[in-house]
Amino acid sequence: MNDQLISVQEVSSAAEDLQARDAAEPIPEHIVEIVSDSGEGAQKCGQTFGIVSARMGNGVWTVEIIPAEIQPPARTPDGASGIRIRVGEDLMTNMGNEANLVVAFNEQVLRSRLASHAYKAGTIVLLDNMWASDSSEDIRTQYSEALNEFAEFGLEVYELPIQTECLKVVPDPRKGKNMFVLGMLSHIYSRDKEQALNEIANIFSRKSEKVISTNHDLFRAGYLFAQQNVPYHYEIAPSKLADKPMVVMSGNQAVGLGVMASGMEMVSMYPITPATSASHYLADDFHLTGGFVHQAEDEIAAIGFAIGASYAGKTACTITSGPGIALKTEMISLASMAEIPLVIVDVQRGGPSTGLPTKVEQGDLLTTMFGAPGDSPKVIIAAATISECFHFVTLARRLAESFRIPVIVLTDANLATGVQPFERPDVTIDWFAAPVDQSDWDENVPAYDWDEETGLSARAIPGMRNGGYVLTGLAHNRKGKIAYDTTSNQEGSDMRSLKMATLAGTLNRPEVHGEAEGDLLIVGWGSTLGTIEEAVDVARENGHKVSSIHLRFLSPLEPGLRDIFSKFKKVMTIEINYSDAANAPRITEENRRYAQLALLLRAHTLVDVDCWSVVSGHPLQPGNISRVIMDRVAEIEGDKKCLD
Amino acid sequence: MFGLKSDWSLNANDRYFTLDDYARSLPRWCTGCGDLGILAAIHRVCRENQILPENMVSVSGIGCSSRLPHYMNGYGFHGLHGRALPVACGVKSRRPDLDIWVATGDGDCFSIGAAHWVHALRYNMDITVLVFDNGIYGLTKKQTSPTTPEEYLTNTHPTGALLPPLNPLTVSLGVSNISFVAQMVDWNPPLLYETIKAAHDHKGTSFVRIIQRCPVYMESLNLEMMDDPTNLLLLHHENGIPVPEGVDRLFENQLEHDPSNLPAALGIAADRSKMPVGLLYRNDEALCYDELSSVGLDMSYEEKLAGVNTALDKFSV
Ligand SMILES: Cc1ncc(C[n+]2csc(CCOP(=O)(O)OP(=O)(O)O)c2C)c(N)n1
Ligand code: SF4
Ligand SMILES: [Mg+2]
Repeated sequence: MNDQLISVQEVSSAAEDLQARDAAEPIPEHIVEIVSDSGEGAQKCGQTFGIVSARMGNGVWTVEIIPAEIQPPARTPDGASGIRIRVGEDLMTNMGNEANLVVAFNEQVLRSRLASHAYKAGTIVLLDNMWASDSSEDIRTQYSEALNEFAEFGLEVYELPIQTECLKVVPDPRKGKNMFVLGMLSHIYSRDKEQALNEIANIFSRKSEKVISTNHDLFRAGYLFAQQNVPYHYEIAPSKLADKPMVVMSGNQAVGLGVMASGMEMVSMYPITPATSASHYLADDFHLTGGFVHQAEDEIAAIGFAIGASYAGKTACTITSGPGIALKTEMISLASMAEIPLVIVDVQRGGPSTGLPTKVEQGDLLTTMFGAPGDSPKVIIAAATISECFHFVTLARRLAESFRIPVIVLTDANLATGVQPFERPDVTIDWFAAPVDQSDWDENVPAYDWDEETGLSARAIPGMRNGGYVLTGLAHNRKGKIAYDTTSNQEGSDMRSLKMATLAGTLNRPEVHGEAEGDLLIVGWGSTLGTIEEAVDVARENGHKVSSIHLRFLSPLEPGLRDIFSKFKKVMTIEINYSDAANAPRITEENRRYAQLALLLRAHTLVDVDCWSVVSGHPLQPGNISRVIMDRVAEIEGDKKCLD
Repeated sequence: MFGLKSDWSLNANDRYFTLDDYARSLPRWCTGCGDLGILAAIHRVCRENQILPENMVSVSGIGCSSRLPHYMNGYGFHGLHGRALPVACGVKSRRPDLDIWVATGDGDCFSIGAAHWVHALRYNMDITVLVFDNGIYGLTKKQTSPTTPEEYLTNTHPTGALLPPLNPLTVSLGVSNISFVAQMVDWNPPLLYETIKAAHDHKGTSFVRIIQRCPVYMESLNLEMMDDPTNLLLLHHENGIPVPEGVDRLFENQLEHDPSNLPAALGIAADRSKMPVGLLYRNDEALCYDELSSVGLDMSYEEKLAGVNTALDKFSV
């Protein structure tokens, strides 16, 4: 960081800063994308841009654009790798619709983004022009063809000599171009230069001073280049929310921090995208709270290990994704049956089977709820924001212990890699698990001393004198003894189910976003919260009677749903999982397969809940939902006209 | 411990445990089942070592043999078929103070739980693993197990097992970081006791394959072996399993084998003509994963809180 001492340069650039700021056009928000071939550091660039923006008090939401392969072929649409950052004055809750400004390292990756409707006519594209003069004629032709395509579509393309400029600083710009681009974006959006330089130093803190100063040089070069050559210059005022201390992180980091703040001492896992980075984070920091990450030989062993620790009084956590949940099913059922507290985080990805490992889906609701032999009640909660990724893990540990039950926290690929600031949690010692109770157990109290009113019972922990019992997944009675008689299994099942009702009795009705009555009620869960509410707000501004609720507790379900639903002409879920479209060929009211929450709600409330869902692998955008809302609203309003 | 202490003090509150203190309910294994003898030997080792019952955790999978925790005092975990080892390791990982016994069968350990078997051996956590190998699936009524001898008739292979049996000893000895491999027969109580005691006393994962009689489904196999002791090869060494006086006379074939000699152990294990009994291999220096997994246990709540805040600081804006 020595080079920050080059004071003359700093002074003069500070003066330039001032000048630049004067000319900046104020905007409420922008959606920025950086797209490149995989391995060119676009994500690092975007994350840093996001973090600097958050530190400056802006609302931020980031979404990574990830190719499915680690090293997809260069310059191919399918290989597009990158990041979208939505920055604004207010809290940003979703990725938004089409991008405002894009920096592209080649033209081919832009084509795939265009095909995914990420851009609109007028989207500004800052494109590296190195391909125009490439030695290969094929590449030169591809480049000029693509430019024609972009012009036809209406993109505002600026060809810039990014590679050439970087070559002035480093011999191989494949490593480093991203920091040059960060410099460009920092000027374009009037980002705090000091913050950015500090952040770069953080990124490379494990590398040498030389690496840091080279990246600083690239950043400065990019900054200056944009100042002199890019005709865009914006200013985004800090949010009013930023008075409170904030933290900014990804959903998976939030899960990891939640584990630490809950006092759990062990995460037992097997690598699986998109869950693994939570364990990567813990591998770095878990020692700060005395914890340990166990990488097991497979998912079954991972949950078995966690169950062992939990049984011994140290409630543990296992973190996985859909295919891992499939393998853990038998163990989850054991934890339910034998009443072992356990936290399971399922960072959902695209299914079925190996599916779309890096993509977004909410496909595991029903498998986590019902995927087990017999009746295996468990608690299922779904985080809707990055902040909830943190808080729900701490909540899960408490629920697991109080209710002696496995608790599943559902997040998804959208939250896992998304970055958003939230209020810094004020952790205190009572957030932590109590020390393992090693006092004597009252001999007269059986192993499952089920309270008839609540189903709850105290648990003996190994080491407690007189508490010895044999935990078993076989049918057992109150004493914990294997029992094949006609009443014991019924009683055990009743008691385990009763805990769910007990928990449900403590929950609040979900809050309705918008009016409590109207034409259309949207029901959502998980990472779609911000997107749904933004679309609902747009519909309401246009005079439509649309509201939404967003469920956090899925098992047991939150109370009052039937009553809330009764105030609307139509209720529908919006989900990212599979459902038959109502008007698809061969689909009838009788054979239609519904989206997962819709199916549950139909059974639970006996209300004719409709649904709209997709499995494209992409996060939903407000625009997708607006179109669905307008369709449904048109039907309802059409019906109304007929009645009039 | 009962009695006078080395500093001449006598604490009247100290507890002394008898064999009964280690028993729970009456075993429900068939008459003549080898599991009964193994249980008796375990109880004797517990009494000999005066293990605090409340500090004992017996973990098992599913099978006749996996009923063992129900017959042991203290805490038990009768879990899922094949999954005893991950659970046992998980218990030990954050509760190194507990004394862990694992009871598993040949199907439980070598078939459905094979992945865990190999990896648990490599973790080498301080637990005692007893495989009750009757060469058959007992509980589910006579299906072929990985150790069922070739051509032995079972309900899934009525014309005889199709493949040569798996050799649990060579597999175990082939695992890196392995620290204790022994084999014993259930029908020699003094040697069985010594073997289980040595296994329990060993720091690290002690793997004992016990050839176990199942008179109900594998009568002929076991009779062959019991009637003709020339099928067995007694391993002895000053660092091996102590052979009680008189017991050695039962073995026509004997071999002095240094348990620190891995290549020799592999040779003995691979020789299918004789069934070795005794200690094949021991390495007291092998790394114990529980020493790594239990880091931070001594951390105070204040330190943890400071740790959470340090972690949060890195993300603060
Ligand atoms: C997941 C699962 N698959 C199959 C079974 C059925 N099952 C129970 S015990 C057993 C085999 C037991 O054989 P072994 O481990 O050799 O024990 P033994 O009864 O011979 O002592 C099987 C297949 C089960 N309980 N769970
Ligand atoms: S079936 Fe065989 S192994 Fe099972 S209890 Fe009976 S004798 Fe023992
Ligand atoms: Mg068997």
